[in-house]
Amino acid sequence: MSIGTPKQPANAPITEAARRDPVDPGLKRWQIRFPKALRTPLGIVGAGILVLWLIAAIFAPLLAPFDALAQNFPRLSAPNGENLLGTDTLGRDVLTRILVAARTTLPAAVFVVICSALLGSVLGAIAGYFGRAVDEIIMRIADLVFAFPTIILAMVIAAALGPGLKNAIIAILLVSWPSYARVTRSLVMTARGSEYVIAGRLLGFSAGRSLAREIAPNVISPVVVLATLDVGSAILTMAGLSFLSLGAVPPTPDWGAMISEGVSQFAAWWIAFFPGLCILTIVMAFNFIGDSLRDTLDPHTAQEVGETTS
Amino acid sequence: MTSIDQAPAAATAHSPAAGAPLLELDSVACEYKLDGGGRFRAVNGVSLQLGRSEVLGLVGESGCGKSTLAKLICGLEKPADGTVTFDGHPVRALGLKKRAKELLGIQMVFQNPYASLNPRRRIRDQLDDALALNPDGGWTVESLLDAVDLPADSAQRYSHSFSGGQRQRIAIARALAAGPKVLVGDEPIASLDAFLQTRIARMMRDLAIDSGASMIFISHDLSVVRDIADRVAVMEAGRIVEVAPTDQIWNDPQHPYTKKLLAAIPKVDGKGIIPGSD
Ligand SMILES: Nc1ncnc2c1ncn2[C@@H]1O[C@H](COP(=O)(O)OP(=O)(O)O)[C@@H](O)[C@H]1O
Ligand SMILES: [Mg+2]
Repeated sequence: MSIGTPKQPANAPITEAARRDPVDPGLKRWQIRFPKALRTPLGIVGAGILVLWLIAAIFAPLLAPFDALAQNFPRLSAPNGENLLGTDTLGRDVLTRILVAARTTLPAAVFVVICSALLGSVLGAIAGYFGRAVDEIIMRIADLVFAFPTIILAMVIAAALGPGLKNAIIAILLVSWPSYARVTRSLVMTARGSEYVIAGRLLGFSAGRSLAREIAPNVISPVVVLATLDVGSAILTMAGLSFLSLGAVPPTPDWGAMISEGVSQFAAWWIAFFPGLCILTIVMAFNFIGDSLRDTLDPHTAQEVGETTS
Repeated sequence: MTSIDQAPAAATAHSPAAGAPLLELDSVACEYKLDGGGRFRAVNGVSLQLGRSEVLGLVGESGCGKSTLAKLICGLEKPADGTVTFDGHPVRALGLKKRAKELLGIQMVFQNPYASLNPRRRIRDQLDDALALNPDGGWTVESLLDAVDLPADSAQRYSHSFSGGQRQRIAIARALAAGPKVLVGDEPIASLDAFLQTRIARMMRDLAIDSGASMIFISHDLSVVRDIADRVAVMEAGRIVEVAPTDQIWNDPQHPYTKKLLAAIPKVDGKGIIPGSD
């Protein structure tokens, strides 16, 4: 093969970044850097509060001193030696009801967030990958949902479906998927044009395989962060709906409904105060954790996640 | 060369007469829509042929349409005009569909080694994807890594632990694993350190030729192209202005633009006068 004369000492030895040790296994495919994230002070506080709440919810039957529905005590008694957090208007133990309510609220909130994260990110990924008409349709519907304040729209949907925990969950699902759709869409649109995705397409990947194998591992972390931040607002919205009698049906214990009951009993501050404290701590915990997780994302992605939750 | 053995089975059945070029571009044009509403012809009336086991260098300054031409060849852009034919098959734009089997013989190495590997997948998985296209090519993940001078344990790692040059070699290994008949390198060495450029370029050439493939090597650096290309095509503002064997381009350039490009190369080879620089 006659080609031109080489110009430089082309076989110069390779000193290139002196081959690094193969110790660092790097990021695993689905790994999110939880440990590092929770090293921030707020992350530790949030995780701590969450762990306490999980213990409380899991062991509620053991921890709760009484029957959540039994009306055995003097009505409206202030916190005392027997009823540590007092009793409500029907003479039920507030501490017991708070603990039992946690057993439905926490799983329901996590469940609704997982469902809306799945629904929203699948729709957003489809919109971002395929573009054109599919994108237009999905994102216009998302815009429509975004146009209303979340709680108002959730109220309207819950009112239309009728009260009950299931309908409250459906209402929250319907109002909360668009933020996942937006974030996932823009991440997928960026990833779709990157060389490694194109290289996969050149190797004959179908759209589905390209999305699932190449793109999904790269967009999953921000979605998880967003979902963590969202658990808090799901709990708030759920409490808001039951405050308006659109959530769990009485006599099922529920934080929002307890606050609603306490509002009309202003002198008996403990009825509303303790459930309110529960909501506050758990929402804070999820926000702390979500914020510290967000700090592990790259700045650009973090900003995108931040925009939809602000 | 055993290019037929290396090719995906589907393509061999339709192989045209031995004399036909492996890849043929016939007055191809490509237009981009501009934000203002107009259209910009990034590639205009390009006709080119690539033979079997041939290395064609494509040179031209930044923005002249080299990448667009590479995308046209891979089906990543739709020609506004003209046709691209690979091994007797028309190259259709990829769109959202799965790439046609008979076109899998065209593979590409991209310019930016930091974007061309998936950060969340092990090197092994990414090489395996390509090997699946070409199970009879005789490659394994280990032999591929060895061919590009990387240790076998690289397979278990993720791209972030590699330098730019190492990543580019992995990208070359991946393209090679698919058993391409045409390997397109779109400025694969442009973002590498100077001392690595020639080495990687030669490695690409040797691996492509040894596996029976042809190569289109895009660069804005004529001196590297001179080192590895059999023929050189010179591109200016969307058009090919001159195509000739490498020595001829070097010693007897015809087009003024080619002369200008040659004149811009610093005289480092000790051979004295670079033609066209007087
Ligand atoms: N997606 C695009 N939209 C509009 N113009 C583009 C696009 N891609 C490239 N161009 C323009 O087309 C011309 C050729 O680009 P390119 O093929 O990337 O050149 P090269 O690879 O030779 O540097 C440039 O002027 C560039 O600005
Ligand atoms: Mg380019």
